[in-house]
Amino acid sequence: MAWELKSDRPIYTQLTEQIELMIFSGVYPLGSKLPSVRDMAQEAAVNPNTMQKALVKLEEDSLIITHRTSGRTITEDARIVEMAKTKLAQKQILAFLEKMQLMGFEQKEIISIINTMVEEMQK
Amino acid sequence: MSTILECNDLTKKFGKKTAVSNVNLKIERGQIVGLLGPNGSGKTTIIKLANELLTPTSGNILIGGMKPGIETKKIVSYLPEKTYLNDWMCVHQIIELFSDFYNDFKPTKAYEMLKNLNIDANDRLKTMSKGTKEKVQLILVMSREAELYLLDEPIGGVDPAARDYILKTILSNYNENATVIISTHLISDIENILDYVVFINQGQIVLTSSVDDIRAENGKSVDVLFREVFKC
Repeated sequence: MAWELKSDRPIYTQLTEQIELMIFSGVYPLGSKLPSVRDMAQEAAVNPNTMQKALVKLEEDSLIITHRTSGRTITEDARIVEMAKTKLAQKQILAFLEKMQLMGFEQKEIISIINTMVEEMQK
Repeated sequence: MSTILECNDLTKKFGKKTAVSNVNLKIERGQIVGLLGPNGSGKTTIIKLANELLTPTSGNILIGGMKPGIETKKIVSYLPEKTYLNDWMCVHQIIELFSDFYNDFKPTKAYEMLKNLNIDANDRLKTMSKGTKEKVQLILVMSREAELYLLDEPIGGVDPAARDYILKTILSNYNENATVIISTHLISDIENILDYVVFINQGQIVLTSSVDDIRAENGKSVDVLFREVFKC
């Protein structure tokens, strides 16, 4: 997996988001072990302290569990992952809705456009 | 965290010209720090003062609480801006020399890095390109297990692919208590690996901040901020 870092935002928030995505998409399955901070930092070509900071954030959100002696693992609780996933979806949809509003669409119109597109994709 | 490098009212004058003026700076252990400034801002002078190649006009500079000297050279691994190695020597011989000089030098590390960069240890320095020579020097410096690495323009002359490898080398070879200070103006290449940046201009410190703080507060990269601060 390639790490993509933009230059206008703090690095650790971008790392947090990308690790989240890797958890959601199953690159790191539930209960699996994470590589060491050092290895992850090297792979992403960032400072280990920055990677550490990103992991602490994920730990606060309970997506990652730190074991005293044996490193870090992904949570085994599927509900926590689902919740985080929903939260991310809500954030994306909110940004999308705000943009559509700027373009002058009513909520009803937006929903009907989405429905039509979904139907067409299913065909 | 304890302080590894400290400057107190550090001033260095060359005749009438002031190269470093009243610098107060504290750098903690376990960080990678960028010493950033335009040409002639005093970056190299500070690094030379830390290595006792120059002595302060007034004020002082301390490394692990000590004035630069024999004891500090045991814990500082220094990459100068210019090469000082004899170019009739081959890499093998230089590695032996370094092993004799420094207790903390790890030849196995050096040979591994040479292999990764496809450099033949039997080659003489004389026969190498500028970029390859720079790589060899950086390998030697990073093969020590020092407490403080002072790297003066470590990536100036090497190609982008080797640059990536060198940055990875820096990341993987420094331990958690060691500090790396990198002086450069090639900011965009290194800003992802820095914890902290020190902006210096005309011998004075103009800004010290963590990289993430700069991005969070200004919404721009260190590179962009640098171009704004030092606009000509």
